[in-house]
Amino acid sequence: MKLVVAIIKPSRLEEVRQALNSLDVHGMTVTEVKGYGRQKGHSEIYRGTEYAVHFLPKLKVEIAVDDALADQVSTVIRDAAQTGRIGDGKIFILDLLAVTRIRTGETGASAL
Amino acid sequence: MKMSNVLGGAALASLVLALPAFAQEVAAEAPAVVEEVASIDTGDTAWMIVSTLLVIMMTIPGVALFYGGLVRAKNVLSVVTQVFGAFSMIALLWVAYGYSLAFSGPTEGGLSAFIGDFSNLFLASVTPDSVSGTIPELVFVVFQLTFACITAALVVGGIAERMKFGAVMAFLAIWFTFSYLPIAHMVWSGAGLFFNLGALDFAGGTVVHINSGVAAVVAAIVLGPRMGYMKEPIAPHNLIFVYIGASLLWVGWFGFNAGSALGANGLAAQAFLNTITAPAAAGIAWAVGEKVTRGHASALGFVSGAVAGLVAITPAAGFAGTFGSIVLGAVAGFVCLWAVVTLKPALKYDDSLDVFGIHGVGGIVGAIGTAIVAAPSLGGFGAEDYAMGGQLVTQVLAVVVAIVWSAVVTVIAMLIVKALFGGARVSEAAETDGLDLSTHGERAYN
Repeated sequence: MKLVVAIIKPSRLEEVRQALNSLDVHGMTVTEVKGYGRQKGHSEIYRGTEYAVHFLPKLKVEIAVDDALADQVSTVIRDAAQTGRIGDGKIFILDLLAVTRIRTGETGASAL
Repeated sequence: MKMSNVLGGAALASLVLALPAFAQEVAAEAPAVVEEVASIDTGDTAWMIVSTLLVIMMTIPGVALFYGGLVRAKNVLSVVTQVFGAFSMIALLWVAYGYSLAFSGPTEGGLSAFIGDFSNLFLASVTPDSVSGTIPELVFVVFQLTFACITAALVVGGIAERMKFGAVMAFLAIWFTFSYLPIAHMVWSGAGLFFNLGALDFAGGTVVHINSGVAAVVAAIVLGPRMGYMKEPIAPHNLIFVYIGASLLWVGWFGFNAGSALGANGLAAQAFLNTITAPAAAGIAWAVGEKVTRGHASALGFVSGAVAGLVAITPAAGFAGTFGSIVLGAVAGFVCLWAVVTLKPALKYDDSLDVFGIHGVGGIVGAIGTAIVAAPSLGGFGAEDYAMGGQLVTQVLAVVVAIVWSAVVTVIAMLIVKALFGGARVSEAAETDGLDLSTHGERAYN
């Protein structure tokens, strides 16, 4: 099993969710995060004092999937989240060792 | 001041005591001898009660929110609580001895030019039937109480985010006693030094704003800057609070300025109008100045400019004509922008919430500007033989004395408080955690 972790622009969440619906994806977890890559931050001024803001708001989307589905999910996310401008984000695929459904106690692929 | 004297003398005395804020007629005519007991005008009284309510609102929650939004989320409760605490404490001290020392006492002799006496300790001779001008004296007492309270609350801005709560309260109590009361007496009491020199301060540009602005910056310097000042970003956590606070200040300020006419009359109306035009011009001036020099006209700048304009028009509210007030407001907007954006970083002091930049500098601009805009030739309400040069000298003198007096008292009060509390600052750990948690055991947001 794999954990697909995507850092995306907040404005692209709805597109990503809808695109994943068309696949066999049963759920996801979304976290509000801050970060930067090549996208520079910006500066803000309050009463003449200037602050450089390095970290930009992003969303982290995590989806646990079967090995077979990982690449497809990654491609779908990329297509939906892309705007073409710097700061679109990244997608990581991690190995997922075990999954348990809390309600029933199922483990493994049937718990995904 | 016993009211049991000859009725005419008593009425005259009460008139003199009431002359303070509105009695700044430039002609300085001797008050007419009243042949009967002054009686209450219900219109004036109703207006003065409303004005008092408006000034209370300026402090709670006006100043509280204005300041609260400017600090970090971890310190917002500490700021609003210091304001609330200042209001409550000064209210009690005013009733106990503040009113007496500010407004009672002989009209000459001894220390009467600088301070009153204890004849009205705990409002000894003030009853619900006592009259001050055309309003019950008790109304005047409460109206002036609110001025004392807001002045102390304003100082909180300079020492925000790093001072022990008890130390703040003790400092304000000492400063109120030895700086606010004497300066209020000197400027507004019929016996006062500057009252008799003809200094013009309609609603408290010197008594309230210069006084508190200087105290804030001096206390900030003695206390030292916040950890991380000028190294890491310390940004306002909620500019909507600042906006709401500034708006409450503006609306409440009508009570502050127009109420200082001490009556429901044309003078109040002119002061009311000036209290719209000056801050409007000042806010726009700040916004334009910021756009030109910094590239953005910020929301924070606009409301800060408006407050600067309100401060500047405070001493001039009943003396300036409408167009004089617009010019005064615009000048204050630009000068205070400079003070906050250029002067403060250059001098590196951590007046956290720009009390000096806006109230101190705005008050100085206003106090000196009053001499100019009061001139009849400029639409002001000075006497026919108004001499601008002489008035300027008087204004500058009052300003300089107020600055020095407030600064000296502040230093001494801070040193006393440091000794009493084993240091006025909280520990580094407490400052890092935030005063809400470390001082008050609370979070503002859950």
